[in-house]
Order: sequence, then structure tokens, then C-alpha cells
Amino acid sequence: MATSTPPRPSRTREAVESVVIRFAGDSGDGMQVTGSQFTVETALAGNDLATFPDFPAEIRAPAGTTFGVSAFQIRFGAADVLTAGDAMDVLVAMNPAALKVELRDLKPSATIVVDTGAFTERNLAKAGFAANPLQDGSLAKYRLLPFDITKLTADAVKTFGLGTKEAHRCRNMWALGLMLWMYGRERAATVEWLQKKFAKRPDIAAANVAALNAGHAFGETAEMAEHVVGYTVAPAHFTPGVYRTVSGTEALAWGLIAGMRAAGLSRMIFSGYPITPASALLHTLANLKAFGVLTFQAEDEIAAIGAAIGAAYAGALGVTSSSGPGIALKTEMLGLAIATELPIVLVDSQRAGPSTGMPTKTEQSDLFQAVLGRNADSPLAVIAPCTAGDCFPIGVEAVRLATKYMTPVIVMSDTYLAHAAEPWRIPEERDLPRFPVRFRTDPAGFQPFQRDPDTLSRPWALPGTPGLEHRIGGIEKDFDTGHISYDPANHHRMTQTRAAKIAGIARDIPPQDVALGEPLGKLAVVGWGSTFGAIHEAVRRSRGEGLEVSHIHVRYLSPFPANLGDLLRRFERVLVPELNNGQLVQLLRAAYLIDAQGFNKISGKPFHVAELAAAIREHAGRDS
Amino acid sequence: MTVVTVTDRELQPKDFASDQEVRWCPGCGDYAILKAMQKALADVGAPRERTVFVSGIGCAARFPYYVSTYGFHTIHGRAPTIATGIKLANPELDVWVVTGDGDALSIGGNHLLHVLRRNVDLQLVLFNNEIYGLTKGQYSPTSRKGTRSPSTPLGSVENPISACQVALGAGARFVARSVDTLMAHLVGVLGRAHEHRGASFVEVFQNCVVFNDGVFDNFTAKEIAPEAQLHLQHGQPLVFGRTREKALRLVPGKLELEVVPATAGDVLVHDERNRALAQLLASLEPPEFPVALGVLYCNPAPAFEGEVYAQARAAGLGTASASLDGLLRGGQTWTVS
Repeated sequence: MATSTPPRPSRTREAVESVVIRFAGDSGDGMQVTGSQFTVETALAGNDLATFPDFPAEIRAPAGTTFGVSAFQIRFGAADVLTAGDAMDVLVAMNPAALKVELRDLKPSATIVVDTGAFTERNLAKAGFAANPLQDGSLAKYRLLPFDITKLTADAVKTFGLGTKEAHRCRNMWALGLMLWMYGRERAATVEWLQKKFAKRPDIAAANVAALNAGHAFGETAEMAEHVVGYTVAPAHFTPGVYRTVSGTEALAWGLIAGMRAAGLSRMIFSGYPITPASALLHTLANLKAFGVLTFQAEDEIAAIGAAIGAAYAGALGVTSSSGPGIALKTEMLGLAIATELPIVLVDSQRAGPSTGMPTKTEQSDLFQAVLGRNADSPLAVIAPCTAGDCFPIGVEAVRLATKYMTPVIVMSDTYLAHAAEPWRIPEERDLPRFPVRFRTDPAGFQPFQRDPDTLSRPWALPGTPGLEHRIGGIEKDFDTGHISYDPANHHRMTQTRAAKIAGIARDIPPQDVALGEPLGKLAVVGWGSTFGAIHEAVRRSRGEGLEVSHIHVRYLSPFPANLGDLLRRFERVLVPELNNGQLVQLLRAAYLIDAQGFNKISGKPFHVAELAAAIREHAGRDS
Repeated sequence: MTVVTVTDRELQPKDFASDQEVRWCPGCGDYAILKAMQKALADVGAPRERTVFVSGIGCAARFPYYVSTYGFHTIHGRAPTIATGIKLANPELDVWVVTGDGDALSIGGNHLLHVLRRNVDLQLVLFNNEIYGLTKGQYSPTSRKGTRSPSTPLGSVENPISACQVALGAGARFVARSVDTLMAHLVGVLGRAHEHRGASFVEVFQNCVVFNDGVFDNFTAKEIAPEAQLHLQHGQPLVFGRTREKALRLVPGKLELEVVPATAGDVLVHDERNRALAQLLASLEPPEFPVALGVLYCNPAPAFEGEVYAQARAAGLGTASASLDGLLRGGQTWTVS
């Protein structure tokens, strides 16, 4: 415990296993960069971690309002950290609105750091507080640390001659400095980042560094109240290797590039239309031209996928990306890519819907759209990463399946995965798979829809190749010649061939594994996509309580792995938690005639481990 | 599929015919356009393997099947998007987009605007028959007010759109017009379009014999054509008429054209680089004015994909030093041993 003898250059720190911190403030308060920098310093300190940025749709909502609150949550610890945590140990609230919004997710004895300078009557009223919660005793069950961060920051930066507004903007760095002190983190990476970010305004860089240092010193020196302690969190045990933090967006961008290189392609044409939360992928790839990527901001969603299809037709890796409503617009083009059998990758960063829904909130409700949402019999491949780091191999796999089977492949990401960050062991390029494409060049016996007997895929024959001049299109083709055909039997055969081609992918993907637990038993908890961490922790906890439960996470959603049905039938019960109103559960029931039950949450927020654990207890405890 | 590789002689128009049976209605203007295109391709010496025809949906959109080059029959209105992707992936390809009035100006209006303003290096040929043919005769966005059709039994109340004015408004750097029946003229216009670097827009008035027969007779009928057609030549005065006795000039003090005797003073001289003049010419309609045919506007500017590649190369596109390991290890890393 802390001692009370000042000065205390190295106060005793309390060891903790894992911590959940949430930085919350106005959307203009810089909470996302504060959280991101805390993440970097935490990663460098060797902890395992998971993050959850949560921000409003409004770019700058009126200051001080509850709907303008932007937050960043991080959980870090010495053991396997798979989710950003259900409830907070520490809340850093930069104004009354942030306190108001975030109170519901606090642990009973949580620490609350507030900037008292922001608790003005005006701000209290805007947040809807009748009385000042810092004074009315309503926060008594928490450990309240009220500091006038506004004034302390102003004092720290006054030598730099900034305007009031610019000085005020350094508050987040003060708060960050305090939290870095509290958990024994370094500041060097943040200082470096500030100097780079504000290279053109050295005064602002210096002021931010001064605020950061002042917050840190505030913790370090006697200024802090006696009951405030520093903590230590032991480093996690990682597999040896070189690590970095990675967000799902970065990992997916890099995975697509790795896939392009593995396929031996020299060019990726990535075309997108701005939409939340998918735009981040466009922004990331726009800066990676050196790796053979050309990005194209199209005039609409349809043009974006059109350009990807055109690029694929001409021999590049065609990639497009959107979110639910934009994917809907691309639907007819997907049909064209299916009919012409051209390889494209479509990334769906799912968000809460229908229609505009809640654009910045996460959901898994586009699964039906991806697997089934097209006119006619139009199968394609659908895969889903389960963590930020998994976006990398999924990106590679999407390119492999698209080019090998000459088909569109949909990658199901979501708001959570796009922004969530985690430590990631960096793979070596030499360890990655190789699957070079072979463009058709021999005119002898060429027919554009002549199929490989194993994969049923057609040749990739590029314009520019002498002797292969041919015509393709959305009209049905003759199985033998590739020419336009309205023959009834031929259409039947072609439809079944297209279906068989996609179904055959099941032979070329890993069998479904069990992420945790035995491959048979009382209860299988089956998830897909970004819910991996929460389900895994909930299953781990339930198994610790003695429940006979296993975690199965499906990465291949169309087609399913060949053994999935047999595997699920070895369990008495199947529970399918999803952030939607029940979609995978329906697909599993339809495919395997099993009595799978759904557990659904449609709040725009990820699962809490506790609610999943409760659902597991209910289902595992029940006799079948 | 028959493979004919012609290397020892120049390609003839017939070498650009595919082995597919042409299935337009007998007498359709599309036959003439196909023939003109095959001749234009032979004239410009287009290599078949590097030529790609991209189309959307409609009667015109069947065009790629009948040309012996590469061809992609896509979906309604979206051909420009696919053509843009093709050019981004391989700028060496010579891309033609074949479209119709419904395809380009209704369902695909947005893409037309953007392929033109971006100045993608391709030729876009719009077959304008002022009707939806393939869906059996509904009025189109270029149909004149009052057009009676299955969907407008009492006549359309909508104002038609002018394809060339839209193209100019979208920022096209090459805008031209021709008629399906003017073979030599059309071949010349297509050749000019091909020669132009950047997006070339060509409107071809095309007669639909089944659903809109004779809709262009008011300026294409043999007996009135000389009076109703203004054939543009860069640097030449804007004269027309049976004996080239009429001319166009600006109404003094106004930005407005008037028909005057060719002998009058101040007769306008065609300048393909003058966008304002091109807009005026595009808006001329019979019976008061002749229809302007030929190259209305030609004022080249750098093409989209050229600019994209120049920028990307400056940013290191495809540099050998761009290793994946370098990318993944960029930023802050730490080692666990």
C-alpha cells in the first residue's frame, strides 16, 4: 500500500491481475488518441490487451451533451485478454456528460477520475444532472478522484503562449500522463508520437508533452491524495516473436496485400465509397501504394464494386468494401461477378441496421445478406475473422479462395473488429502460404467457361492476351462453348455447377476445430466473427465452474467446413450467441436439422462475458 | 471457338466480326453502327487482343458479342464503372463503352457523369434511339415530350435530356455526334474519338425500326438533311444548306445563335476547343436550327489513369524495396524472447 511519507519517488505499487480503463469525454476531447496512446504504452509494457473504441456518429455533437460522448476502453493484464472487459475498474471522465453516460458500466468499487474544472453549472445542466454528483454523495460507493485537470493543464502549458482553446486541448494528455503513472507505463512512445504529429507546430507539441509530464508528475509527487495508489500489472506470457498492436482494419489491409503477393499478382485495385465504418480500410490502403495498391474512391457503391470487377477482369486483385447498406447496393454486381466467375473480395464492415440504423455501433446482422441476399441461385464464399489479428490470415485466405475458385468472396468484419486493437505476433513473409495464379495464355482449345475438373473454376483469361479474344457477360452461357445460351437443360446444369463449385470449397478449407473444450459433450457454444473473445472467456469461466461446455467458432460461413454438422451433432445442445436477431442459428438449423438455440443481443454493443456465462449456465445446466 | 491469328496482313473490317449471329431486328440502326465500328477499328489499326468492348443492358449492349475483340456485357447502366476498373488495372487496353439512352442517361446517369469528369481514357458511344427497345417500347429520358408509349399512353409529360449537353456539363473533353445512316461520317467520328486521349463521348442517333421508327426523320430524311444538318469542321465556317447558303452567327450583343445567309458578315468559325460554342451547338434543334453533327468539342487534358499512375509511382508504386516484412514491422514493435 502507499506510504504517506513525502517525497515518495518510488511509492509502493499494488499488483493487479488485469484492469479495465475507459477514457470518456466530448467527441472533441481527443479520447480516441488518448486511448490509442495508452494502448501503445501498455503493449510496450508487455501486457496482453484488448480495446473497444466507442464513439458517436456526430463528428462534433454540441459540446457537453450526452450524445456527444466519445469513449475508448482498454483492458490489459498479465493473462490471456480476449475482450475489452464488461465493466470498468477506472473511468476517466472529462466532463459531466461522460460521467453520466458511463456510470452504468462501472464496477462497484471503481475509481473515477474527473476533471472538476468541467463540472460547471452549464455542463451539469447539459448532461441532465439536477445536482452536482461530485458533491451530493451519489458517487459514494466509488473511489472518486476529483482534480481540476483544466486548471492543472493550463498551469502546465502556460509558458508556451497558447490561446485558451489550444491550451484546453492539452487536457487529454494530462489525463493520459496521470493514467500512465498510475499503471507504471513509460511515456517515450507518446512523446515521440506527439512530436511527429505536431511537427509543424513545435509549440503545440511541447505543450502537449508538458501536459503529459505534468499529469505523470502529479501522480508521482506528493500532490496526490493519500488514498491514490499506483499499480503494477505483470507482463503477459506471449509466444516468442516480434509483436505490435494491430487493429482489424490494419490487419485486413495487410492481409489483402499479403494475399495479393501470395497469388503472384502485382496490382490490387481497391475501390470504395465513403461509409462508416468501412472507410478506414480505404484510408489505410490509400497509403500503401508502394505495395502495388491503387485505391479508387468511386461515385457510389455500385461503381466501387464495378471497378473491382473490371480490375479483376483485367487481371488485378479487385477488392471493394462497404457496410450493410452499401453492400445492399452492390448486390446486383455480386450477381454479375458470380455469373462471369471473376475473383473479387468484398469486405463487409457490419454495423447496426436496418437502413441507416446506428452507423458507429457494432452488429452481426449482415450474415443473411452475405450468404443469401441475392436474386436467383447465386452462391459465393463467405468467411469471417474472429479477432483483430485474425483479419490478417482471413485477408490472405479471401484472396486464395477468390483466385482459386474464380468467385467473389465476402469477408465479414464489423465495427468492433475494424477499430479494436490487440497485440499481434508479426508473421514472416517467408512463412506465408503461396498460391500463384496461372493466367490462361494458350489459345489451343480455349473456351472461357471450360472448367478445371477439381475446382470447377474457369480459366482467368486476360484482355491483352493474343488469341484468347472472347466475350463474357451476365447472360447464361453454354456449358460447352461459353456462348450465350437460353437452353433450359443447360441453365439447370450451369446453376448446379456454380453451386457445386462453391460447395467444393469445403474440401479445401480446414475442418472445423474446437476452440476450447472437448469435441463432444453437453453444450457447444457456436459463434462467428468478432464475438470470439467474449464467448471464449465465457466458456473458459463456465468450464472453471465445472460445466461441460465447448467453444466452437466458425470462420467459414459459406460453405461450412465439411465436418461441422457431424461435430455439432456430438453435443446434446447447441447455443449460438450472435449480435443479431438469430442468423447463424437459422443457417445451422437449415443445414443440419439440429435444434440449435440462439442467444441474441442487438444493442449495438459487444457481448459482456457475464451475460454469455449466464446464458451458458442456463443451457448447460438444463437437461435435454 | 475458332482462333484466327492475323499477323501477316493488316486487319480488315470483316476481321472484327465475331462468329456470333447478330440478333438485332431487321433494319435496326445498330447494324450500320456495327459496320461503321468494324471499319473504324480496321482504319485505326486496333489490335484485337488489346481492344475491349464493355456494355451495359439494352439492345445496344449486345454489341460486344458481335465484335471479335475482348468483350464484357455487364449490367444495366454500369459499364463505365467496369471500364474504369479495367483501365486502372491495365491502362494499355483500348476500351470502348457501348451504351444506350436509357442505359447511360437514366439508370447509369451517375456513372456517365463521373467517367467523363474523371476523363478516363476510353471511348463511350451512346446509341440514342429515344426509346427503350429491349423492354418493348417505353419512353426514355431522351424521348420528346408527348411521346406515346406503353407506359405513357397519353404521351410523356417529361422534358428530354440532351446527351451532348450532359456530356459537356460533366466536363467531357471530347464530344461528338453522328447518325447511324451516315456511314462515312460515323466512321470518321469514331476514328477521331479513338484518336483522342481521355474520355471521348460520341452520341449516335440510331433509328429503332420497331418502336420509334422515323423519330429522327426531321433532320435525317434525305430531302431535308442538307437544310437540317450542320456538319462541323474545325476552323471552317458554320455553313449548311443545299448550296451551303446558310450560316450561323451570334446575335449581336447576345450569347445566342441565329441563322443568316452565308454571305453575311461575322459568320462563326468552328473552334473545337471552345466549350461555350460547343454548348450552343449541342442545343440546336430543328426546325429553327440544324442539328450539329461531327466533333462539337475536342480539348484534351491528362487522362485519369495516367494521373493515378503518375501519382502512385511518385509514391513508390511497386518499388522493389517495399517488402511485406517492412510493412508489418513499421511502427512500434517489441520482442518477446
